Amino acid sequence: MQTPEERGEARLRLEFEVTGLDFATAGSAATRVKRALEHVGFSARAVRRAAITAYEAEMNIVIHARRGLLKVCVAPEAVVIVAADEGPGIADLELAMQEGFSTAPEDVREMGFGAGMGLPNMRRCSDHFTIQSVVGRGTTVRAVIKNDQVGGRGRGV
Amino acid sequence: MSYFHSVTLQRAKCKGCTNCIKRCPTEAIRVREGKAHILEERCVDCGECIRICPNQAKVAVTDRLERLEEFRYNVALPAPAFFGQFGRDVDPGQVLGGLINLGFDHVVEVALGADVVTAAIRRYLREHPQPRPLISSACPTVVRLIQVRFPSLVDHIIPLHTPMDVAALLARRQAREQHGLADGDVGTWFITPCPAKLTAVRQPVGMTLSEVTGAFSMAEIYGMMLPLLAQAPEGGELQQASAHGFGWGRAGGENQAIGAGALLSVDGIHNVIALLEEVLRDRLGDLDYLELQACVAGCVGGSLVAENPFVGRTNLRMLTERLGATGPGFPEEAAVRLLAEAPQVRGPVEPRPVMRLDEDPARAISKTEQLERVLESLPGLDCGSCGSPHCRSLAEDIVRGRAFETDCVFKLREQVHALAAEMLELAHRLPPAMGQRDEGEDGADSNEA
Ligand SMILES: Nc1ncnc2c1ncn2[C@@H]1O[C@H](COP(=O)(O)OP(=O)(O)O)[C@@H](O)[C@H]1O
Ligand code: SF4
Ligand SMILES: [Mg+2]
Repeated sequence: MQTPEERGEARLRLEFEVTGLDFATAGSAATRVKRALEHVGFSARAVRRAAITAYEAEMNIVIHARRGLLKVCVAPEAVVIVAADEGPGIADLELAMQEGFSTAPEDVREMGFGAGMGLPNMRRCSDHFTIQSVVGRGTTVRAVIKNDQVGGRGRGV
Repeated sequence: MSYFHSVTLQRAKCKGCTNCIKRCPTEAIRVREGKAHILEERCVDCGECIRICPNQAKVAVTDRLERLEEFRYNVALPAPAFFGQFGRDVDPGQVLGGLINLGFDHVVEVALGADVVTAAIRRYLREHPQPRPLISSACPTVVRLIQVRFPSLVDHIIPLHTPMDVAALLARRQAREQHGLADGDVGTWFITPCPAKLTAVRQPVGMTLSEVTGAFSMAEIYGMMLPLLAQAPEGGELQQASAHGFGWGRAGGENQAIGAGALLSVDGIHNVIALLEEVLRDRLGDLDYLELQACVAGCVGGSLVAENPFVGRTNLRMLTERLGATGPGFPEEAAVRLLAEAPQVRGPVEPRPVMRLDEDPARAISKTEQLERVLESLPGLDCGSCGSPHCRSLAEDIVRGRAFETDCVFKLREQVHALAAEMLELAHRLPPAMGQRDEGEDGADSNEA
């Protein structure tokens, strides 16, 4: 009998709970995602794009939502990152996607966040990107990042 | 590929304590069978283990001064940090003269190389708006750190020669033009603050061959030179570097020399790692240039430096002030031409990822899954008793087949405990020939052989 690897179905699933306004551990889930992709041998470029996407998704939950889950599924050819939260939701998605748009409060900006580049960067870094949101309920972001030629040098982001 | 490392272990002195594994920024050390082992492909020669080892078992291998006999003409290339070893009462000229006294035929200051590189960096920053931020190529530990821990950032390293390389180029050119010497007759010797620079000489990154012949330990040369300093010939005419060139030996000096742009300076390898994480997350794109030095206080804090790093830093700062800023420094045109004439251009830095668990992606996924599972079962204390720096690295070692779950002392105890319980259980069960059987148990089979 063939193993899942031999059938090309090897998958790695990771899940992290993210808590709103917990700045002490903010970014740790993204760091573990990055580590896992390095272990799997994703190209340097794909690792970086996924690291940026996971980090921004995680930070958006920390900054804008109450709590959420960062879920990652890794296959040899791509990684899927899903960030689903319970939070205020986003009324105008088009506006939120614009570079520089942010509703981050003053104290969060003082910590160096809230540049309004998170969502645009996530879209730029992923090969496929969707965002869904229900006001008063929460937001779900889904990003797919393809693994370029494995072990490849992969320039830029 | 095989790696040269200046940082090595003296096995006999190693007691197998776990100080170094915890301090290593690339998780390159394991303790196995009571001795430390360095994972060659991960070591970046930062010297952290040399600093922390209580038994002086970690050493930096540098060249012996006797090697001067191998060449007809020897040029000393003192690192800027060397001038931070001396107080206000000693002029650079005296230091240069002291090196001649030690047996060198000539001295070219690496600070002069730094002047050239400063001009070239200014030009490069102007002509290349992307990527940002660019990262200094001067500290070989940082370059290697990026190769192994941040391979996606190699393109941020500025593709320019280092001050050390440029000083060697200048030395070779002078020997050729003024003395008609062939390259093979000329020894160019870096006086190094760190093991990483010797590694960079033996196994350069971005080039196939270094113009530098070898490297002597700064602390050793300092010790030999001190008694000779008083009778040193006045080497004032040897001094060519600008005040800013000397500044490169301390944290912040490189940026001060460059002068213009959004420049950030970070020293200490753990601080550098934290900053590179931010670069990786693309949070520092509004900065132009990062001066990153692995050693606290900069090269004056190198593991082969005699003077206290902070004293050295102040000495250098005061030297820069004493010499006074000298105008625009090395002319940009001349600097760029000089680098272009170098026999080797400095090529791109190749990434050197070391984390992949398997060549085959599907198998690597299974192993990563297994790693996460093993990690989950470990106590998460990161105590290091297993000889791996963290529970996570033990999990990695287990998956790579380099360690066992029972290497974890807590896991071992758990298993011993379970085994003991089982033995106790067994001890209570008497063999059939000894006590009486309970009624009804196994009765049907009692006649079978
Ligand atoms: N998970 C979320 N929940 C609620 N609002 C969000 C969420 N993510 C993004 N937003 C909204 O979209 C805006 C833009 O997001 P982003 O581009 O990441 O910039 P920033 O986080 O710096 O504000 C945020 O200021 C916020 O109003
Ligand atoms: S900061 Fe200077 S002394 Fe320290 S490793 Fe880098 S080049 Fe060597
Ligand atoms: Mg954001």
